Amino acid sequence: MRISLVAQRIPIATAGLALLAACGTTAPPAAGPPMSGMPMGTAAADTAPVTTDAVSIEDFAFAPARVSVKVGATITWTNSDQEPHTVTSSGTGGPLKSTTMNTGDTYRYTFTSPGEYEYLCTIHPFMTATVVVTA
Amino acid sequence: MSATEENSATEKDSATENSSADEQDLGPEGMTRRQLLRHTAWFGSAVVLTVVGGEVISHVATPDAVAVPPEDPNALRFAQISDSHLGFKGAANTAVEDSFAAAIRQINALPQRPDFVVHTGDLTHLSTPAQFDQVKQMMGELRTGKVLTVPGEHDSVDDTGQKYRQAFGAGSRGDGWYSFDLRGVHFIALVNTLSLEKLGHLGADQIEFVRTDVAGLSSDTPIVVFSHIPLFAMYPAWGWGTDDAAAVLNLLRRFASVTCLNGHVHQLFTKTEGNVTFHSATTTAYPLPPPGQGTAPAPVTLPAGKLKDALGIREVTYRKGSGLLAVKDVRLA
Repeated sequence: MRISLVAQRIPIATAGLALLAACGTTAPPAAGPPMSGMPMGTAAADTAPVTTDAVSIEDFAFAPARVSVKVGATITWTNSDQEPHTVTSSGTGGPLKSTTMNTGDTYRYTFTSPGEYEYLCTIHPFMTATVVVTA
Repeated sequence: MSATEENSATEKDSATENSSADEQDLGPEGMTRRQLLRHTAWFGSAVVLTVVGGEVISHVATPDAVAVPPEDPNALRFAQISDSHLGFKGAANTAVEDSFAAAIRQINALPQRPDFVVHTGDLTHLSTPAQFDQVKQMMGELRTGKVLTVPGEHDSVDDTGQKYRQAFGAGSRGDGWYSFDLRGVHFIALVNTLSLEKLGHLGADQIEFVRTDVAGLSSDTPIVVFSHIPLFAMYPAWGWGTDDAAAVLNLLRRFASVTCLNGHVHQLFTKTEGNVTFHSATTTAYPLPPPGQGTAPAPVTLPAGKLKDALGIREVTYRKGSGLLAVKDVRLA
């Protein structure tokens, strides 16, 4: 029986936690395997929301990644990618739940209460974005 | 350059090797040394790239891993296929069904019938009932003792895996995970594509399942883990990692040999961390870019005639008492 005496180095936790809303940012250059300290772009929460009711899905990203609307507004998402995507609330119980959106498909949702709504694409969960709804 | 040199050049932290080679002497396949190092760096340690008869893409060169002689009746043999994406319509592969059928024929033509064939997820492209029906029918053609699966995120696009479990979940627990023993090896099939956490995610229930599952096992039992998304951080910016994999790997730390086989990334990659060796499999459908090459993991359309070079199947063999499993990746014929 062989017993490993080498402590495992598993960079998953640090690298994963650093990854907050990488969508809309440029991927780091292909310089080598992922390192825990690699640049991950600006977290969406630090970005001022864009006031708009239209979000496009392009190059595996929601754009703008952080939008702001008033209560009662309807946001329209349009998939301009060649790949299918979804608009789905993060976690459980959120209101956003599109069907699979193929190229050119749209999804609309009317926000009826204020708050921050985080969502992602279930097919590519690294695609994340936020809608800020104000009173 | 010899195989030994290739291997030593990529041991452990292979990232540091990328910038170290300036020589322009050509290695195998006409690559410069720098290109080859970059290439092999992505394949990680413990793998020597070999091309035998234009077919074998790689095999594990670890001294302990001995390919089992074909005539050994007691050896464990299984095949892995992955990421068939039935229903995909795109330029990267306009006939994914044909490619999948070719992979099935290739497995059926193996000299020894595998004990089982495991599909490590993204069986379908969009989780439609028709796609599940088709992939299930096609895998019914496999000449093997058993067909096993784990789900990919494409198999749970809109229903957190309900249609997947209806088609393939018989005998599984929780969200579709399970374990079994065969010829002295303990197998654990994990589901890390359902809880949406940017990266792959296993969840507390599944980690607890593994804890209980391995509790009674002797530490010299070889462990094989199947998952769709890698259990190591291959490229987190594209979701190529599992945020709570460390919890499971810690539970497996006491075992002498742990082999983790995954799909998702549509390319070969091997990495060893202590007692654990990770093997990302290629796809039967279409390639994805190497980590970080370009802005997104979008399907890559190769020049005409080159697609089959990027697709393949994997054969795994093990003889009790021989240490590690032998892993062989073979191009689609």
